[in-house]
Amino acid sequence: MKIVVCVKHVPDLQSDRRFTEEGRVDRSQGDGTLNELDENAVEAALVLAEATGGTVTAVTMGPQDAEDAVRRALQMGADDAVHVLDDALAGSDAFGTARVLAAAVRRLSDDAPVDLVVTGMAALDGLMSVVPTLVAAELGLPAATLGAELTVADGVVRVRRELDTATEVVEAPLPAVVSVTDQANQPRYPNFKGIMAARKKPVTVWSLADLGVDPGDVGEPAARTRVVSATPRPPRENRVLVADDGDAGTRLAAFLVENRLV
Amino acid sequence: MSDPAQDLVLVHVDHHAGAVRTPVLELLTAGRALGRVEAVWIGDAPGADALDALGRHGAAVVHHVPADQGELLPPDAAHVLARLVEEAGAPVVLLTSTFENKELAARLAWTTGAGLVVDAAAVDRTADGRVRVGQQAFAGTWTLEAEVSAPRAVVTVKANAVPAEESAATTPEVRVAAPAPTGTTPLRRVERVERPGSDRPSLTEAQVVVVGGRGTNGDFGPVEDLADALGGAVGATRVATDEGWIGHEAQIGQTGVTVSPRLYVGAGVSGAVHHRGGMQASGTIVAVNSDPEAPIFEIADYGIVGDLTTVLPQAAAEIRRLRG
Repeated sequence: MKIVVCVKHVPDLQSDRRFTEEGRVDRSQGDGTLNELDENAVEAALVLAEATGGTVTAVTMGPQDAEDAVRRALQMGADDAVHVLDDALAGSDAFGTARVLAAAVRRLSDDAPVDLVVTGMAALDGLMSVVPTLVAAELGLPAATLGAELTVADGVVRVRRELDTATEVVEAPLPAVVSVTDQANQPRYPNFKGIMAARKKPVTVWSLADLGVDPGDVGEPAARTRVVSATPRPPRENRVLVADDGDAGTRLAAFLVENRLV
Repeated sequence: MSDPAQDLVLVHVDHHAGAVRTPVLELLTAGRALGRVEAVWIGDAPGADALDALGRHGAAVVHHVPADQGELLPPDAAHVLARLVEEAGAPVVLLTSTFENKELAARLAWTTGAGLVVDAAAVDRTADGRVRVGQQAFAGTWTLEAEVSAPRAVVTVKANAVPAEESAATTPEVRVAAPAPTGTTPLRRVERVERPGSDRPSLTEAQVVVVGGRGTNGDFGPVEDLADALGGAVGATRVATDEGWIGHEAQIGQTGVTVSPRLYVGAGVSGAVHHRGGMQASGTIVAVNSDPEAPIFEIADYGIVGDLTTVLPQAAAEIRRLRG
C-alpha cells in the first residue's frame, strides 16, 4: 500500500506563540515542531505500511524550517518525504493549502497510485480541522475523518469516530483520505537508529511550478479570508487566590452570588 | 452594491428528536444582524414546536429538505446546502460548530467558492458589507478579527457566542425542497449510535461547566454534585477520560470539546495548555487545586488552594442554601 501522510510544522505549544503584524502565525521564532497531532497520523500510516509491506511518504508545505516536520516523520520511520517550498505560498488559506497538498499527492501518484492519504485531526496553530476534507475534495476522493480507530481490509478503509452527539463507523473504498485523532494510537518515539537512518532519507523539494500549481491560486492574494487584527488577550484582572482555611467553599459560593453567576 | 440588509442568510438547523438545538437559535439571532434569515431543515418535516421556535427567532422561511435516510453524511448535506445556496443566491451561510458541521462547511465552501470561517466567536458585517468575524487563537490567548474577502461566506459559530434573542414573532413559510440525494460520495455509514441524552445541559451549550481532572482521583461525585447545584454540565480533562473515569465525549481541550461558558469551575485540573485551549475563553474561571503551583491558577479569576473533596461539597451546599 502506498501511503502519503500530510504533516505541518507549527510553533511549539509551550512556546510564546504570536501573530505577526500581518495577522499570520509568527513562524520566525525558531521554535517550530512537527504538529503533535500529526504524530498520530504518521503512526497510523506506519502501522498500515508495516502490515501491508507498503511505503509512507511524508508531505509538508511551508517555509524552509518546515523541513523539520518531515524530518521528524522520517525519524519515526517514514520512507521518504516531500517539502513543497515556494515564496508564493505565504499566507495561504485552507483552500490554498489543500490545493497544494492535493497536487503533491497527484504528482506522487505519477509512478504508482497513492492508495491512502492520512492526516492528523487538526493543526494546533489554526485548529480548523478542514484541510483533510478539502484535500479529499480536490482529489475527488472520499474522506473518512476523525478516526479514533482505523482499519484497512479488502481495499476498504474503515473508521470509528466520536462525534458531538453520536459514535459512528464509516467506510470508504480506496483510494481515500482519512484523518485520525489523538485517540487513534500512541505515536512511537524515534529511537537512535531511526534518527541516524533519517539522515540518509531523501527530502524532495518541489516548487509550485514543479506541481503545476498556478501561484495565483494560492498564497495571500488567493486567500478568501483575511485577518485584519490580532491582539493578545489582556491578562485577567482582579484575580483572587485563597488558601482553604475551612470555609473556602462557602466563600466561593459568596463570590459566585456576588458576581451573579448563580 | 446591493443593500446588505436584504441579503439572504441561510441558517443550517441542527435538530434532535424533532426539537431545534439551542445553538441554532443563537445562529438565527446572529443571522438577523447580517441580513434576511431563512432556515434549512434536513430530515423529516419540522413539527409545529420547531417551526414556532425558528419563527420566533427570525426565520421567515424554513426550507425543508426531505431526507428519510437518517442523519445525512456531511458530503450529502453539503450537496443539499450548495443547491439551496446557488438557487437562492445566499451570500452567507451559518452553521453551528460541531465536528460534522465543520466538514459540511468545508465541502460547501469548496463547492460554492465561499470563504470559510470555523469556530467564530462573533460575527457581523463591515460598513461595506463584508462578513467580519471574531475568533480566539492559541489556546484563547489571542483574539483575531478577520474578514471574508470572497463574495460568499460560510461560517460556523461557536455555541454561546451570541445570546439567543427572540424577534417579532412570525410563522415561517415552509418551502419543501427537492429531497436530499444519496451517494454523492463513496463514503458509507456502517453504524451510528446516538449517545444517550443526559439530564444535565450539553457541554458545548451550558452556561456553567464544572470540570474534573487528575485531582479527582476518579471520583466525579463532588464534581457532579456542584454541577447540579449550579445547573451546569460536567466536563473532564484528557487524563480523566483516558483513565476511563468518564466518557471521552466529556473531554475539554484542543482535541476535544471547546467550551466558553459564563462560569467554568476546574476541580483538580492542572491547566495544561491542551486543556486551556478548550476553555480559556470562558467568562469567569474558578479553580480548586491542592497544588499551589498548578498553571490553571495563572488564568483563574478565583483560585482556591485546597482539597476539592471538601471545597466542592461545601460550595454546593452553600449555593443550595442561598437559593433556598
